[in-house]
Formats: sequence, structure tokens, C-alpha cells
Amino acid sequence: MAAAMPGASRARAAAALLLLLGCCGAALAAGLQDQAEQFLRSGHTNNWAVLVCTSRFWFNYRHVANTLSVYRSVKRLGIPDSHIVLMLADDMACNPRNPKPATVFSHKNMELNVYGDDVEVDYRSYEVTVENFLRVLTGRIPPSTPRSKRLLSDDRSNILIYMTGHGGNGFLKFQDSEEITNVELADAFEQMWQKRRYNELLFIIDTCQGASMYERFYSPNIMALASSQVGEDSLSHQPDLGIGVHLMDRYTFYVLEFLEEIHPASQTNMNDLFQVCPKSLCVSTPGHRTDLFQRDPGNVLITDFFGSVRKVEITTETLSLDRQVAGFESKFPEEELVTEPLKYAEQLPVAQIIHQKPKQKDWHPPGGFILGLWALIIMVFFKTYGIKHMKHVF
Amino acid sequence: QVQLVVPMAVVFGPGSVPADLPSPLPFRDVQEMEISVNVRTSVTSRYEMHYRSATGQEEAALAAATAQEADAALHPLQDTTLGSLTMYVVPETTSLLPQGINVYVGKHRSALVRAGGSLAALQARLREVTQVMSFTASSIAAALSDRVPDGQLSPDARRYLKSSLGYEITFSLLNPDPKSHTVDWDIEGAVNRYVKPVLDKLSLVANFSVDSQILYYAVLGVTPRYDKESSSFLLSAHSLPHVINPVEARLGSSAASLYPVLNFLLYVPEHSHSPLYIQDKDGAPVSTNAFHSPRWGGIMVYNVEAPASPQASLPLHVDVDMARVMEVFLAQLRLLFGLSREEVPPEFLLESPGNEGLADWELDHLLWAHTVENIATVSTTLTSLAQLLDKIGNIVIKDDVASEVYRAVASVQSAVTKLSLGHLHAAFQASKEAVTSSERAFFDPSLLHLLYFPDDQKFAIYIPLFLPMAVPILLSLAKIVRETRLHKKEPTKMD
Repeated sequence: MAAAMPGASRARAAAALLLLLGCCGAALAAGLQDQAEQFLRSGHTNNWAVLVCTSRFWFNYRHVANTLSVYRSVKRLGIPDSHIVLMLADDMACNPRNPKPATVFSHKNMELNVYGDDVEVDYRSYEVTVENFLRVLTGRIPPSTPRSKRLLSDDRSNILIYMTGHGGNGFLKFQDSEEITNVELADAFEQMWQKRRYNELLFIIDTCQGASMYERFYSPNIMALASSQVGEDSLSHQPDLGIGVHLMDRYTFYVLEFLEEIHPASQTNMNDLFQVCPKSLCVSTPGHRTDLFQRDPGNVLITDFFGSVRKVEITTETLSLDRQVAGFESKFPEEELVTEPLKYAEQLPVAQIIHQKPKQKDWHPPGGFILGLWALIIMVFFKTYGIKHMKHVF
Repeated sequence: QVQLVVPMAVVFGPGSVPADLPSPLPFRDVQEMEISVNVRTSVTSRYEMHYRSATGQEEAALAAATAQEADAALHPLQDTTLGSLTMYVVPETTSLLPQGINVYVGKHRSALVRAGGSLAALQARLREVTQVMSFTASSIAAALSDRVPDGQLSPDARRYLKSSLGYEITFSLLNPDPKSHTVDWDIEGAVNRYVKPVLDKLSLVANFSVDSQILYYAVLGVTPRYDKESSSFLLSAHSLPHVINPVEARLGSSAASLYPVLNFLLYVPEHSHSPLYIQDKDGAPVSTNAFHSPRWGGIMVYNVEAPASPQASLPLHVDVDMARVMEVFLAQLRLLFGLSREEVPPEFLLESPGNEGLADWELDHLLWAHTVENIATVSTTLTSLAQLLDKIGNIVIKDDVASEVYRAVASVQSAVTKLSLGHLHAAFQASKEAVTSSERAFFDPSLLHLLYFPDDQKFAIYIPLFLPMAVPILLSLAKIVRETRLHKKEPTKMD
């Protein structure tokens, strides 16, 4: 009897001690988790997106649909139009060959119209050039460019750059007439880093041999994804028989399906994005590059780049204002600038234009090339038929 | 390197002189401290202290009844240049400072410090005061945040507004339910009465432009929860980050200005969701009913009082109490700039700045941080510009780009010199000019590296074109040379 009592009290003491330890442990773990969360969070305060489609012509419908589906996801997850630079090299929605005008579909049987009602294209058609793209990235823009066409990011911005089109080993074709090489792109990113125009950058490219475009990056805090490795082609997904062209590329199609599951509060991380579109579905092998990125991709949320989740602090301080204050006399009174009233110049003098005679074009003597060509033709003629014909000409 | 010089005057009131002074008053002393940001960058801070005893007028002012009166009386007798500090040492048994308070920091650039017995204790206290009133190692490190090696600064340390030449402030009233509430706010009067004094004081730092708008049918992105106990609606702290996004698309900003925009939103909740309170992490309602987001702005929820009779006809007319709203918005503006009073030691008493919004020493605090940040930005910009020009050797530098670079270099040198002399205002103006010039030089549209072909690309294009064409030309040239040489030799052979 005497032996049982100390045993019971010892058991109770042990249980109390265990409970106490458990509580302490939980509190410690919560404190540690809070600290860990603080540490692993990205330090960005705003998000930007630069979405580029580089190919024109009707049969490249899928590239425009690719870009528009990423645009749609990014807008849905919270990035406003003022922070998105959308560059589309051709207009598919209002293309004369589009049987359903004002729509761009991504799924066959016209299930999903990614064009929507409030799309805002910043660079359209022939404005999408390598020069303009690099100007947007580096910020070396002429002063007359409107605010919507600029990338006004700062050192706390996370930027998503998505490019799609036709590409090859080390280059990406723009508008069927020029190309951007991976060296130029890497240099542009380095210029951005020098001026601290980004905090972290996510670069996604969906072209043939896309992995070659991120091989040359050397600036810190860049993560890159590509739809295919060097030597492989990225394939398109499915044609729609009503529209007559392929609607999407495979990689972006599966990325869009993945992003449709994401909502602004989801905690999905980048490792899941790397698994999107395995070889069985995509036929090409998607690749990614994270060695320049400082955080572990498992800690990077999808919404860090695709959405715009802001850091928020509760305001606990107030200022105490004296309400009885009357009007205010500024210490630095603004000087009244006396300007003369301005008149707008007549912008469209219709009467003048319709009654104008066509301008006489000045005559220019033929240039070097034409002269050289004619000299060559004459030399060949006389070489072949002999110099004796000369006296008939002159 | 950069040396930050703070001219300080330490004035001993009657009965406060410590016994162990090294030399009789007045004398000067210098304290230097090095703030090391990374391996190559460090900033030295130098406090030039001038110890003296109080003049007759100052003694009379220090004999006032309260600390506020003493501060007001001492203000005209002080050195009011930007960046300077004046410390008045009062005896330990003084009645000016309440019990438990050792330092009283006034609205201007002075503080009343209780004597600590020995000179060493006094100097320790003075060091604390100067840390609060001018700059600390962490504030300088935050200004130079892009040079600090990653991992040393917490992500939250870089959240203050970057130094910029101007800021655009937009006040927006969000009325999601105009059928139930007709909201009237006298924003123009409030801006004239409350906001203009603060912006006037801040006009030394940057240009401010203010505009306002009213948005109807603008809803928050989150549905608030109904709480039965308080019969009100609650917005929890972790849903706040998602509130801003749906509204942001409609806020708009001036198309012409490239300055950062600060948005201050006043949200009047819908009739069906009134009253609406914001909960902090512990579940308690926030007294100000407002929250802010770094580098973006702030949102305040303004609850409409329930009408006296439940049968009152809709829409209810609401007259917004602008003073209460502006108290919160101006406090948020201070926090966005980084002027928070939370990290002050408990034995300090800080005078409230009143309608001016910020004390003179807080303005100095901003100027120190911004000047250092500007100088660092200019040196980084010019260095990277030089690297770019080294890399692409055949880039053409226009004359105006070159003159901007020269001007930037001259301005930044003058800023560093003025800092080492203690002239904060002149140094700040010089650093602003340096930033303008260097940005104009760096972002000049003609410096696009795409427009200049590197030499290896030139070879790669022209060699495959000209080499095959050149082969027959070279061969025939060689044949001609051989023939003439043979021809020259022949006459000597034939006799």
C-alpha cells in the first residue's frame, strides 16, 4: 500500500513533467517555425510580368494562345495590368482568318477563351522587336514612352519573364526577321542586376531547344524553366478542326492546367512546377536551372512570381493632430508662373489634305548597287560576244 | 570613403557639471565609429562634440516649469542647421524630467539629458541619444542594403521607400455600396489643413504631388467573417495580403509621372457587412482599423455608425471625420518612410511633433539615410556604366551622356566632401543632383548594346561572304605578280 502511493505520485509527476515539456516544445517549435518562415520568405514587395510572343502569321496561333494563357493566369492570381508588359507580335483575335473573331482559344472545342474582355496589350504587332524587348528590360527607353510600356521595377520586385515562339540552339526568332541570342539575353539580365531592377527573376521559355537560352545566364537570383533540351523540339498540343490550327504548345498547355489549380493563397512551391509535363506527356524533356537562385526551390511559392501577395503590417501608431488649425501658409510658397495661353495646333487639317496635289518625288541618280550590277552585265556581255560589238553601241 | 560628421553641442546647465571633466569647459572632443557594411564598404561616423556651459539666456530657459516649455524657450537659442544636435544636461535632481525618464527629446534638434554622475555615464547616455536622433548602424546598413551580403539583413529591413526625387500620393475613397451610403469627404480641406504641413516639411527630401479619387462598387478581395460575440464582421490578419489586389487594378496612376505612387485607401464597408473590424495576429481588434503595405500605401476601414432608428431610410448620409482619418494616414506615411518611434529605449520621452508630422531630428534621420543611399547608388551606377562601356568597346558615347557623367562624378565628390564637413543639407542636394545625372547617363536610350556589333559577329558575317570571292582574286593577283617577275627577268636573259 505504501509502495503504491509513491508510485502513483511519481507517475503523476512524470505525466505533469511530460505535459510541461510538451507545451514548451510546442511553444519553442512555434517560435522556431515563425523564425524559419521569416527567413525563408522572399523579400519582394511587388510583382511584375513580361510576357512575350515573338511569332506572327496565322499558323503561329498557338504562340499567341500560349502567351495569353499565362497572361490570364497571372491576372487571375493578382498582378494588375499596370504591372504586366504584354507583347504580342500578331493579332489573332481580329485576324481575318479567325472563324470566331475576338476570341483566342486554348482548348479544342473552344472550351476556354483566353482572350477575355479586358486584355491590355502593351506592345503589339510590329512593335515587338528585339530592340524594344531589350529596351523594356534594361530601362533605356526614350522619354516619350507611356507608363504602361515601361518596366518600372525596383530592387524589391519579383519579375516573371515568359517567352514563346520559334527558337533554335542559342537563339529565339522575332517576327521572322531577326533573332535574339542567349548571350544578349544574359547581358540584358546582368544590366538589370547591376541597376538592381529585380529581386528575383523567373524565366520561362517555350520554344524548340529552349534550354539553350538559359545556358548563358550569370547574374544571381535567376531561376529558369524551358520546355525542351538542346537538340529537342517542343511540340504543339492539339489542333482544333473548327479553327484549323494548333491551339497551344504542349508545355504551356500543361502549365496552364497546373496554374488553374492555384489560387492566391495556395502554398504550392516550385518543385511542383518542375514536375509539370513529364516526357510521357510532352515528348520533349523540360529543363530547369536553379543554380543561380539563392533560396531552395522548395521554399519558393508559385504565387511569389505568378501572383501578387503583398506583405502587410498592422498600423498601430497614430499621429495626434490639432483639429483647431486654420488655413495653412506654406513655408515655400509656389511662384505663380505667368504663362501665355496655349493654343493647340490643328491636328488634322482635313481640308488641306484632301485637296493636296501628290508630292513630286525628287529624282535621285542610281546608287552604287545598280551601277555595279549594270557594269557586271555589260562586262559579261562583251566578254562572251567579243569586244567588236562595242563600236555598234557607241 | 564616406565620413558622416555630426556637429554636436553639449551644454551643461547649472548644477549638472560632472566632477571628473578632463579639462575645464569649454572644450572639444571627437568620437569616431566605423560602420562596416561589407568587406570593402564601410562608413565612418564622427561626432564632433563641443562641451560648454550654459549662457545666461539658456539658464533662464532651463529654469522653466516643464520640459516642453524649456524646449520651446531654447529653440531660438540653438544652432538650427540640418544635421546638428544640441544636448542640454540637467542636474540629476531636476524637476523638468518626470520620474524614470532620463532623456527628453524635443520637436527640434535638441534633447534634455539627465546628468549621470560621472562623465562616462553621461557619455554613454549621450551616445544613446545620438543613436536615436541621427542614425544608427542598422539604419545606414538598411540604406546600403544592396551592398550588405545576403543573409545578414532580414528581408524586412529593406522595406522602406527608396530615395527618389518625388513621390505621388493618392487618396482614394472606396464606396462599395452607394445605394446604402452616400459618403462625403472634404478631402481638399483635409489636405490643406493636415497633409500640406507634413509635406511642406518633407519638401526638403522630395517633391510630392497629391491627388484624390472616389471609386464606387470597389470591393475588397476577401469576404469578412461574422463574429457573434461582438456582432460585427472581422477581417483576420492572414487574409489582409489578399485584400489589395482586386482594388489595385482600378486605382490608376498618373500616366506622365514616373515617381513611385503611395496609395491611401479609405474603405467604407457595405451596409450588410457593417461594422467591420480588422483583427491582428492574436485575434484582438486593431484600434486604428488600418493596415499598410511597405512601398505601396495603406488602407483604413471607416465604419459608419448604426443609424438611430433601424427604420432610417437608405441611403444614409455619411460625413467622414477627416481628422481621424488623416491621423492614421499620416502615421502610415511616416511608417512607410521608416520613421517609427518603436525602437526607442524606455527611459526616453519623445515630444509629439503635432501638426508638422515629424520632428526636425526625424527629418535629419531621413536625410542621412537618403544621402548615403544616393551616394551608394551613384557609385554603383557609374561603375556598372564603366563596365558596360569596357565590354562593348565600340559603343558611341554622345556628348550629353559624357557631360552627365562628369557632372555626376563632380556632384558625388562634392557630396562626400560636404558630409565630411558636417553640412547635411548641401550634401543632400549634391547627392540628389548626382543621382539625377547618373540616372540620365545610364538610362540614355542610345546605350543599347544591341546597336553595336561586337567584332566577332562582324567576322562571322563577312568572312563566309568574302573568302570564297577572294580566292580567285588572290590567285590571279599571285599569277600577275609571277608573270611580271618572269617578264622582268626575261630581257636580261635574252641578249
